[in-house]
Amino acid sequence: MKITAAQALIKSLEKEGVEIIFGYPGGATLPIYDALYDSKVKHILVRHEQCAAHAADGYARVTGKVGVCMATSGPGATNLVTGIANAYMDSIPIVAITGQVPTAVIGTDAFQEADITGITLPVVKHNYLVKDAKELPAVIKEAFHIAGTGRQGPVLIDIPRDVSQTLIDYKYPEQVNLPGYKPTYRGHAKQINQAAYEIIQAKKSVIYAGGGIISSNAAEELKEFAELIEAPVTTTLMGKGAFPETHRLSLGMLGMHGTRYANYAMSEVDLLIAVGARFDDRVTGKLSEFAKGARVIHIDVDPAEISKNVKAHIPIVGDAKAVLHSLIGVIKKLLEKEKMSDKKEWHKKIEGWKKEYPLSYEQGEAIKPEFIVEQIYELTKDRETIITTGVGQNQMWTAQYYKFTKPRTLVSSGGLGTMGFGLPSAIGAQFGCPNALVFDIDGDGSLQMVSQDLATVAYNKLPIKIAILNNGYLGMVRQWQELFYKRRYCQVDLAIGTPDFVKLADAYGIKGLRACRPNEVKSTLKEAIETPGPVLIDFLVEREENVYPMVAPGAPISQMMGGGE
Amino acid sequence: MKHTLSVLVENKPGVLARVSGLFRRRGFNIDSLAVGPTENPNVSRMTIIIDAAEHPLEQVEKQLHKLINVLKISDLKPEESVERELTLFKVDAPAATRAQIMEIVDIFRANIVDVGKTTLTIEATGSPDKLSALEDLLRPYGILELARTGKIALQRGLKGE
Repeated sequence: MKITAAQALIKSLEKEGVEIIFGYPGGATLPIYDALYDSKVKHILVRHEQCAAHAADGYARVTGKVGVCMATSGPGATNLVTGIANAYMDSIPIVAITGQVPTAVIGTDAFQEADITGITLPVVKHNYLVKDAKELPAVIKEAFHIAGTGRQGPVLIDIPRDVSQTLIDYKYPEQVNLPGYKPTYRGHAKQINQAAYEIIQAKKSVIYAGGGIISSNAAEELKEFAELIEAPVTTTLMGKGAFPETHRLSLGMLGMHGTRYANYAMSEVDLLIAVGARFDDRVTGKLSEFAKGARVIHIDVDPAEISKNVKAHIPIVGDAKAVLHSLIGVIKKLLEKEKMSDKKEWHKKIEGWKKEYPLSYEQGEAIKPEFIVEQIYELTKDRETIITTGVGQNQMWTAQYYKFTKPRTLVSSGGLGTMGFGLPSAIGAQFGCPNALVFDIDGDGSLQMVSQDLATVAYNKLPIKIAILNNGYLGMVRQWQELFYKRRYCQVDLAIGTPDFVKLADAYGIKGLRACRPNEVKSTLKEAIETPGPVLIDFLVEREENVYPMVAPGAPISQMMGGGE
Repeated sequence: MKHTLSVLVENKPGVLARVSGLFRRRGFNIDSLAVGPTENPNVSRMTIIIDAAEHPLEQVEKQLHKLINVLKISDLKPEESVERELTLFKVDAPAATRAQIMEIVDIFRANIVDVGKTTLTIEATGSPDKLSALEDLLRPYGILELARTGKIALQRGLKGE
């Protein structure tokens, strides 16, 4: 029996195990939405397509599955672009499905036409314009395979309306045929042996772990590895949760707003073991000074990342989980004959730094944003909690003061730094983990970029707690203007025009709370957590609080300002 | 330093845009690019000449490999490959100089493919160096128009021979 390609699309999504689509319909996707009408696949109607992409992204980050978003042609598709770019920069597996104008009018500037495969070319792992309906099932199979394997990332499928309506004989392929796509998972044995040998000899090694640990589900292996070789572990923002930050070997985050002890350790390291991390400029600071003189082992599933920014002496292309597993085995064998180098001096030095330069801030009359994050941590650390963030100061304070202990518990826009990511990714995260407490720690600026999607939270009765660290500023930009532009605050004051967030919440039928003084923080948070359903809390915080410590742009990461010099 | 990359790609719509877009986005400069079919109708060969040092070249190759439609990349060494390029020259050739131009064409084993009242169109094939030498000799007579295909290349013999 023949079915339409639109029906084939929905069937194929079901075959791929898709439970939920975040999307927004339009003219070019009418056939697809008609097919969706008869399906068990849940569709969440967002209020802006960008939020559909971010929600799919948040869903993917917390579940490890491929997230799916859908939009119509033209503006619907272009509204997805930021979300797709965000997923691309953080290597998050999503499949974006867009409607396209009918094939007969493609290229004629038809109504709601946009060349979305052309537009997204630089920000997707791969994309497809399906011109032949018969090819659609194979394309979907490939899209999910490409998105979810190797270095994960977004894949876009553009489907013209007439293609959706075409009748085809449906059969979902069992396998993909992609001769040009063969990710390497197992590391090269010789390289692993060499790495093991150097690891047991190094006296001042550091493990630098990134998002690759989380996407390959290698947190357990990482812990075993770190304990086996007695090496301290620092993570990137994307790597938060890959290693428990309560662990004695944890150095917290490194880089521009990292801990002093992580950055100092990086400046004296003799063997740097990078796993699933890509030496981003926010991590390395001045590149020529980063881990200067250290031998570098770089483990990554993407060969193009190895030696891109920092030369790797021992490159190991492979999946973090598989490579760490092999490394552990080889090292254990080696240790039957040889001794692990003595790292007592190294740990002593690090302990000294930790004591001397802990993360710190001073309490004041106004609420300190760091204090709110600390309190959220205290109130949520013993239950299943997922934290999402906006981008800017709110994000960095969250990264510094919330101690992440499990993978897939921090959902934050790392590479692209997309303001407005917090709320929609919290929506996706809550659908992915219905039993978790989802906290969106957000900024007043970030939230206002997506506040229309409070509607999505409200009508789905998602019990998300939104904590706005409201300083009435575009805080991080203000901080840079203060520090590097002589306090010439230009276009960063958001206080004028910002709505009363409690009333805004109320307008959507969401409970709104406000706290203005430090002694109200804990009780307000408690009330929010104990209240069933969504709650928005407007925390009026110290307006000109800065994120410290901080490495000035272009400086080596050992040169930090603030936070206990 | 100039490198010749011979890239086998799936013959699918948009592949050229993916490859050229990658070069643009990553800031790699293309000197010349020639695309055409191969013995396999599903596969096209791109011959890309880039001017890059060793490290950026490694990045180019690795980034190209990440494109799903790219099947194989070879960095062809000049001594191990045959390289050819085709050029068409339209030269100002009044009666007074016509004979001299035809002599040059003969020496270079080039062909005259069109004769106008005052012009000659010359087709020449060879290595880029030879074509540049010919161009230098023809220039004093007045080159009216010129088109080069960009270099194409193949590995000599069989690999490991």
